[in-house]
Amino acid sequence: MNTAIGQPNGIAMAFFFVFIAITLGITYWAARRTKTTEQFYAAGRTVSPAQNGFALAGDYMSAASFLGIAGLVSTTGFDGLIYSTGWLVGWPVVLFLIAEPLRNLGKYTFADVVAFRLSQTPVRIAAATGTLATVVFYLIAQMVGAGGLIKLMFGISYETAIVIVGAAMIAYVLFGGMLATTWVQIVKAVLLLGGALMLAVLVLVRFNMNPAVLFAAAAARYGDAVLAPGKLVSNPGDAISLGMALMFGTAGLPHILMRFYTVPDARSARTSVFYATGLIGFFYLLTFILGFGAMVLVGPDAIRAVDKGGNMAAPLLAELLGGTPFLGFIAAVAFATILAVVAGLALAGASALSHDLWASVVRRGHASGSEELKVARAATVVLGVTAVLLGITFKGQNVAFMVSLAFAIAASGNFPALLLSMFWTRFSTAGAVASILTGTFGTLLLIWLSPTIQVDVLHRADAWFPLKNPALVTIPLSFAVGIVVSLVTAPKVADARFAHHQRQMHMGATGD
Amino acid sequence: MSDPNQDDRAPLRAVARARARIAIILTAAMIAVYFGFISLIAFNPALLARKVSDGLSLGILLGALVIVASWVLTWIYVRWANTHYDTAIKAMGRPKP
Repeated sequence: MNTAIGQPNGIAMAFFFVFIAITLGITYWAARRTKTTEQFYAAGRTVSPAQNGFALAGDYMSAASFLGIAGLVSTTGFDGLIYSTGWLVGWPVVLFLIAEPLRNLGKYTFADVVAFRLSQTPVRIAAATGTLATVVFYLIAQMVGAGGLIKLMFGISYETAIVIVGAAMIAYVLFGGMLATTWVQIVKAVLLLGGALMLAVLVLVRFNMNPAVLFAAAAARYGDAVLAPGKLVSNPGDAISLGMALMFGTAGLPHILMRFYTVPDARSARTSVFYATGLIGFFYLLTFILGFGAMVLVGPDAIRAVDKGGNMAAPLLAELLGGTPFLGFIAAVAFATILAVVAGLALAGASALSHDLWASVVRRGHASGSEELKVARAATVVLGVTAVLLGITFKGQNVAFMVSLAFAIAASGNFPALLLSMFWTRFSTAGAVASILTGTFGTLLLIWLSPTIQVDVLHRADAWFPLKNPALVTIPLSFAVGIVVSLVTAPKVADARFAHHQRQMHMGATGD
Repeated sequence: MSDPNQDDRAPLRAVARARARIAIILTAAMIAVYFGFISLIAFNPALLARKVSDGLSLGILLGALVIVASWVLTWIYVRWANTHYDTAIKAMGRPKP
């Protein structure tokens, strides 16, 4: 098909500038309400459960979910749906195990929780390492994806796109802190859900409003195989390992965990995950329709002709169904999606630098609020510039694996220590540090030795480590190391200290 | 250790145990549902290729049901916590200073 994709698109530009104008307006409004660390990191804890539910969904639904899954389904059929389900099932786990205790025990970062009854300095350093590793790889993936996609959709240069994303991200976080970031996420979530819903309805109108008719049309044209598992998962170990990274990684993503501090109490944290799970699940159900819709209406060959990875399936579908204006709208939504996700990541990374490393380690808890706030803002600028430089450095590289790498680090480095610190009396400082570092660096080492890097990136014949994603090994390893080291170092856990911990975990901080 | 608050902690321990039990059961259920689905993809793709009705393969149906199961499990937890857990915590009142 003839497509306007790759041409400078006036309508897309117009929609995008409207989005930038609205979000900068929000940032201006939020900046006047961002004077303390509590306001900067946690929006003054005034966000309502429904707002936080949308913001969580906005933080979580990245361009990889929207463009990536739609592309994967449209070119491979059923296999893409493995991601649609995997990216949702972590949310109930967050709700059952993490959200409420986290809200009650911490202030701004998940390191607050791990360090609650352990030695501050070593635990903070380890937790900040896990946070920054997760954030940096996630950021690289988003920035490189952003540069490529924006170039494809708007026809502007890769470097310009990266600089625009970096500048907007810095502006939101630097001036508006968590309040602006939260509202950027909410606006983005509404746009993304609205855009995906409109697209799905326009597809279904052509198939009697019945998804089964759409799937049948796909099978009639491309064979029954598109409705069944194919070659994406050829090795059971790979399937289970990827599943573990997706399921437990969500519960260790620093920018997601940080959102639970923006609501007034644990009950609101609980309700906000309930909303988020509903919204995100609904979105992933829509990806079934978008993916198969693009397969039938646009066709896999036409999709691959525009972008080998299939990422343009949803924009092509929008163009086919609603012409250039709808393409422009969807392109602007995709840009907004990336922008919002990187803003959340930058804020989480900046908090690890300022709250965990500067205020708690360097200044040993003696930094004043205004000093910590200055450091947090400086850290935001440093991270933003770093993200832009990394985005430009990795131009043209295959970074698709970095999102699943970030999930694997979150699942193996952050999640086990967080869980053990909440629920296991004997968890010790040495155990926490060993667990986080083993999980983080073990994941990095094994991904380096895996086919993901050795075969796909370096083009070697084979790899020393057989699995594409190391979570199957590194999650149990991180738990085992945390438990064994804790038992060996035989901590003298003061019973009163754990009792205080347990009381605050269920009843919240009481100021004593 | 002679702690005058020792007895006060018994109700909290009971609530903590109840919450941990629910959390573990529901997490195990979620793991069973999702890894059951993934295991079928990995070990028995032919089964998932079977058609339930015209156009709807068992694989697509089960994939959608994994999402629905996530909703149902979160709903069960929120319902339990909003009624039983919150009530029990409230009944204990604020902890003594």
